[in-house]
Amino acid sequence: MSAPVEPARADVNVAGEPEPGSEEHTLLGLREMELNFGPQHPSTHGVLRIILKVDGERIVSARPEIGYLHRGTEKLFETETYPMVIPHTDRLDYVAAATNNHAFCLVVEKLLGLEVPKKAQYIRVLLDEMQRISSHLLWLATAGIDLGAMTPFFYTFREREVILDLFEEFCGARLTLHCMRIGGLLEDLTPGWVQKVRAFAEPFEARIDEYEELLTENRIWKLRTIGVGILNAERCIEMGVTGPPLRAAGFKWDIRRAIPYECYPELDFEIPTYQNADTYDRYLVRMAELRQSRRIVLQCCDWLEKNPEGPIRGKTPRVIKPAAGEAYAAVEAPKGELGFYLVSNGTNKPYRLHVRPPSFINLQALPEMAKGHLVSDLVAIIGTIDIVLGEVDR
Amino acid sequence: MADEAPKPEEKPKVEEKPTEAGAAAAPDTSTPAAPTTAMPAGPAAAPAKPAAAPAKPAAPAAAAVKKGPVPVDASGKPLVAGLAAAVPGSVLSAKEFVGETTVDVETAKILDALRHFKNESFSYLVDLTAVDWKDRQPRFDVVYYLHSFQRGNERIRLKVKVAEGEACPSATAVYETSNWMEREVFDLFGIPFANHPDLRRILTWEGFNGHPLRKDFPVEGIDTGAAIYPDRYPEGGGPAADDPNRRTLS
Repeated sequence: MSAPVEPARADVNVAGEPEPGSEEHTLLGLREMELNFGPQHPSTHGVLRIILKVDGERIVSARPEIGYLHRGTEKLFETETYPMVIPHTDRLDYVAAATNNHAFCLVVEKLLGLEVPKKAQYIRVLLDEMQRISSHLLWLATAGIDLGAMTPFFYTFREREVILDLFEEFCGARLTLHCMRIGGLLEDLTPGWVQKVRAFAEPFEARIDEYEELLTENRIWKLRTIGVGILNAERCIEMGVTGPPLRAAGFKWDIRRAIPYECYPELDFEIPTYQNADTYDRYLVRMAELRQSRRIVLQCCDWLEKNPEGPIRGKTPRVIKPAAGEAYAAVEAPKGELGFYLVSNGTNKPYRLHVRPPSFINLQALPEMAKGHLVSDLVAIIGTIDIVLGEVDR
Repeated sequence: MADEAPKPEEKPKVEEKPTEAGAAAAPDTSTPAAPTTAMPAGPAAAPAKPAAAPAKPAAPAAAAVKKGPVPVDASGKPLVAGLAAAVPGSVLSAKEFVGETTVDVETAKILDALRHFKNESFSYLVDLTAVDWKDRQPRFDVVYYLHSFQRGNERIRLKVKVAEGEACPSATAVYETSNWMEREVFDLFGIPFANHPDLRRILTWEGFNGHPLRKDFPVEGIDTGAAIYPDRYPEGGGPAADDPNRRTLS
C-alpha cells in the first residue's frame, strides 16, 4: 500500500530519502519531521517560535524565529527626548526594568560628563540588585514549572511580591519602574524604606535555602538538568553569550567587576562560577547570585542608614543635550551584558540609540545547545537561557 | 584630520557663556556632526549661534557643556598603531572620546582588521550595529565593538562606511555571534552583508517592505503589503500620505 505524500509536505526536500511506499518510508520511517514549537506555547516564555527538525524525539536542528514582539523601540527612541526614552527602556526586559533604566542613564551621563552623587549611586545599586533578585526568582519559578516543579513557583512569588511592593513604595510602579533619571534619581527615599528592605533581605538567606531544598538535590530536577544544553566557555565567548551561562561555564567575568560602574568597587561580593556549563550549573549560578545580591543589598542598606542625607541628583542640565559623539555603556543585567550605544548629534533627541540585549545574543546559541537533545529537554534549555521576548524582539 | 575637523564646533565650549548657550542649543538637526568628516556643518551652524545666544544664558547648562568631553586623536595608541602596521592602509583615522577608542577602518580591509584584533585576544564581539547618516556619502556606518578579556577588559570600536546598496563584508567568518547582529542590521537598515550564511530578515516579517531604522522611513510605518482590511485602513500602513498628522524624521 503506497502512502501518498501529503500536499503540505510536497515542498520538503525529499532527495535521497526512501521511496514513498517503500517499507522504510512507512510510519515516518527514517524521515525527519518538521515541528513548529510556538509561538504560542507556555514554555517559550512569550512569543518565541522554534522550527524543529526532529528524528523521532531527538532534535536534529532548531531554528528560532523571532520578531513577534517587535515594536520598533529603537526607532521610537529617535523621536523622543532623552528623559522620554527612559520609560521605553522599561519595556525591553520588562522583568528587570531597573537595570535597563540604569544602562541608559549611564550612557547619557557618560556623554554629558555628569557625576552622580554617592547616595544616588547606592540607591541605584540597591535597586539593581533587588531587581536581579526578582528577575532570578521569576526565572526560577518559570524554569521550575517548565520541568514540572510546581512548588518553587509559590515560594519564589511570595518573595518577589515583597520586592515588587517595595518598588511600588519607592517609585509607584511594580514592573515598568521608570525609577532612575539622567544624573541620579527623581525622588529621595521614603522614610523607613531602607528598614523595610532590610527586613526583607535579612531572612531572605533562609528563603534561598528553602528553594534549594526543593530543587538542588531533587532527583527529578537533576535528571532533567544535568548534562542538558552544554555550552562551554570558549563557545560562549564565540557566540557572545554573557551572564549566568558564561559563569556556569567556569569563566569568571561580570561587568560589575570587569568594567565597574557606580559604587560597585566599594562593595564586597563574589562572582560565583561553576564548571559544567549545563542547565544544572546555570541553576546553581543563579542561586549563588541570589545570595550575593542579598549581600550587596544589605551593604547598601548599611551605607544608606549611615548616610541618610545628601543629594540624589547631580547637576543635570534642564534640557539634556549631550555633546555630539558616540558612547557605549553597559551594566550586568540579570541576563548578561546589557549595553546601550548612543550616537548624539548635540540635539535633545538621540540620533541613534542601539540596545545590546543579552537575551537576543544568548538566544542565538539555542540551536547549538538543543542539538541532539529530546524535545522535552528543549523546554529546559529555553528556560535556562532566561530570555525575555520584549528584549529579544525590541 | 580627525583632530582638525571638529575644531570649529568644539570652540564655543571653551569660550565664555553667550556662545556656550549657542552651542548647547545648536538647532540644526539636519547636520549630524560627524566629527571625522569635514562637512559643511561648520558654516551652516555658525550663523545660528549668535541668534540663539542672548535668549538663553542658562548657567547650569553652560556648566555641563564646559565639562563636556572632547574627542582627541588616538592614532598614536599602541592598539591603533598595531592595526596600522599589521593591516597596511586599514586605518583612516582614530579618535578617543569619553574613554573609548574609535577607529575608522577602510571597508575593504575590515575583515583583516577584525582577524588581527581577534588574534590580539579581542575574542568577544560585544556589539555590531549601524548608523544612518542620511545626507552623507557614503550613507551608513557599520560599527563593531570588540572586547578583550586578556588585556584588562580593554575595548575598541571599529567603524566602516558603507554606501547605499553596497555590501559590507560579513564578519561571521571571524565572529560567529555576528550572524544575528548582521541579520538585524540587514533587516532594519537594508545593508546587505556579503558571504553571510543566512541573510534573512529577523525582527520584521519576511514580506516586509522597507528598512525601519533608516532616517527616511516614517515612524508611523508604510504599506508593507500586509493590509488585511484594505477597506478600513488606508494604503500606507499608518495615517494616509496626505494626513497632516503623518510625520517623518528629519
